[in-house]
Amino acid sequence: MTTTKSTIAKAINAGLRKAMENDPKVILQGEDIGKLGGVFRITEHLQKDFGEDRVIDTPLAESGIMGTGIGLALRGYRPVVEIQFDGFVYPAFDQIVSQLSKLHSRSRGAVKVPVVVRIPMGGGIGAVEHHSESNEAYFAHTLGLRVVFCSNPEDAYWMIQQAIECDDPVIFYEPKRRYHEKGEVDFDAPAAPRDLFSAHTVREGTDVTLACWGPMVRTCLDAAKVAEEEGTSIEVIDLRSVSPLDIDAITRSVEKTGRLVVAQEAPSFVSVGSEIAALVTERCFYSLESPVIRVAGWNTPYPASKLEEHYLPDLDRVLDGVDRALSH
Amino acid sequence: MSDTDVAATPPTGGIDHHVSVDPAAPAEPRSAADGGPDMVQLLTPEGERIANAQYDEIIDAMSNDDLRGLYRDLVLIRRVDQEATALQRQGELGLWASLLGQEAAQIGAGRAMRTQDHCFPGYREHGIAWARGVDPMRLIAMYRGVDKGAWDPAEFGFHPYTIVIGNQSLLGTGYAMGIQRDGAVGTDDPERDAAVIACMGDGATAQGDNNEAFVFAGVYNSPVVFFCQNNQWAISEPNERQTRAPIYKRADGFGFPGIRVDGNDVLGVYAVTTAMLDRARSGEGPSLIEAFTYRMAAHTTSDDPTKYRVSAEVEIWKLRDPIARYRRWLTSEGIADADFFDAIDREADELGEHVRSATVSMADPDVSDIFDQVYVEPHRQVQDDKAAFTAYNDSFAAEEARA
Repeated sequence: MTTTKSTIAKAINAGLRKAMENDPKVILQGEDIGKLGGVFRITEHLQKDFGEDRVIDTPLAESGIMGTGIGLALRGYRPVVEIQFDGFVYPAFDQIVSQLSKLHSRSRGAVKVPVVVRIPMGGGIGAVEHHSESNEAYFAHTLGLRVVFCSNPEDAYWMIQQAIECDDPVIFYEPKRRYHEKGEVDFDAPAAPRDLFSAHTVREGTDVTLACWGPMVRTCLDAAKVAEEEGTSIEVIDLRSVSPLDIDAITRSVEKTGRLVVAQEAPSFVSVGSEIAALVTERCFYSLESPVIRVAGWNTPYPASKLEEHYLPDLDRVLDGVDRALSH
Repeated sequence: MSDTDVAATPPTGGIDHHVSVDPAAPAEPRSAADGGPDMVQLLTPEGERIANAQYDEIIDAMSNDDLRGLYRDLVLIRRVDQEATALQRQGELGLWASLLGQEAAQIGAGRAMRTQDHCFPGYREHGIAWARGVDPMRLIAMYRGVDKGAWDPAEFGFHPYTIVIGNQSLLGTGYAMGIQRDGAVGTDDPERDAAVIACMGDGATAQGDNNEAFVFAGVYNSPVVFFCQNNQWAISEPNERQTRAPIYKRADGFGFPGIRVDGNDVLGVYAVTTAMLDRARSGEGPSLIEAFTYRMAAHTTSDDPTKYRVSAEVEIWKLRDPIARYRRWLTSEGIADADFFDAIDREADELGEHVRSATVSMADPDVSDIFDQVYVEPHRQVQDDKAAFTAYNDSFAAEEARA
């Protein structure tokens, strides 16, 4: 196995390229994804190499991008549509919820809509409003969709390809503040290292389980390292998929540790973290030594960027959550 | 809005059929007006054929069988509609959206399509569904609540009914973009080149999705014909509540042609749609057809139009009935005779009987339909819920066994 150091951004780009090489039906569309290569350069050089028919610069209209993407899928294509920023997905929300998520079931399986919706998500880049949101709960709440997060370059490379191969619609979240973090990727591996919808235990531990996804995985791994120095053994689970949710991976861990902290950027109120807390309480009540703790964005709109460091859960807030779990 | 406000924002030049946006002001409702001088009409309400240099050859190319076939379509789909409305009144359907008055618009458009074309309908396109070969019972199953309209779009070139107003225009445009990428436009192969009809009503023209579809189709020059049935009413709102400019004129701003056609003239709609589909298939791009028609019945069985429109208006439109004028013309031309019309009436009676009996004997869906096919590949949370539901149901069986 030969691995190469890559950023998440370059790994997604390489994954898109591989998918386009493997399947001529894979088409990309979005705003500024062609000549510019996307505002984050995730689609850089792809239009030059695959042409304007396969890497489509669209009019500035998200519902249009989404709706025509669904139409392309109905014609047998596998569109990967880019929503430029998390907070710009709402004009496409109707098409995603009303059509994308439902066409397969309402046609009793006659229709498949294998669309991937790429969304750079989350805060931490000092952006203006509508550029820092974590809106996964809306989509996880919509059955018929699958919702996944990559958190590292290796997953980024493989998960985007797996999402494109999936016959169901997939919301593919990319942690934008981690785009340029590096990691080892085996670009020539014969197959993906793990199933797209399975959780991955990225650090084993015995005292507390820490469940996280997307940009919070790095924060949680850092927190676990610090905690170890203080004598606390944290097991970190990168959920990778929040719909479907690999609940068994969480309950197995909680049965071992007895304690669960869920860390997310999104507000805690009616969130993926809330759902995990409920499921774990139902399924391993007698293994729990403490309530499930949620460490999350505050229950407010995302603040102005000068305040975001107080909003986003950081290493200290994660460790505070761990301490609260351990205090029972 | 006051009169002063209206005066302060005069309509720009070129807008005709303009009526005041002041609800207190209209001299006569726009919804009772005729289509104006720009409207293509090949057959008057009296059944007189009007020569039209642009479209006559399309009609001239039709055989008498084709022409009689249109009449049969019109009568049979009206009968399906009447039966479905009655079945709803009898409690057999949850809802029905009547196409009464719009038969010519739908049959004309549907019959203009080729096998390889695709239609993206709203929820009232029973006539196009009929022309595409979708069994009316499939439509009725949806309105009965048996399923959600589960025919296979690939089989009929007729996509699922779309209830969220305007969504389908974008799906159709995307589908047309796919046709372009398949190289199925402008090859001069009549079996290969394909186009899309995306349906909408006058109400839907207000939706963002429709306007975005116009933008995308215009920018990419996609083979899609936007087929707007302006039936004058969006539930209770007349079309002056949806648009100030005539609908067909909007196309100008998006860079493609817009045509108003008499939607109650089956020959006119057939000819205009044929021409616009040919244009799309040959690579000349999108167009907008406004079929000027009238919704003779309620929006659906759940509303009462007497609350928002006057019966005098309905009376005016009764005189423009699509079937009566076509029958007069077929008769005067000697294309069809009394025996033919009687035979169609008998066929309609048989179809009506079939619709009634097939509806009341329609099997309820299996409860597993709730869970199955939500996803193509298994999804853990759906599987868990199906197991929970099965266990819950089984618990009653176990209880009964103990009793």
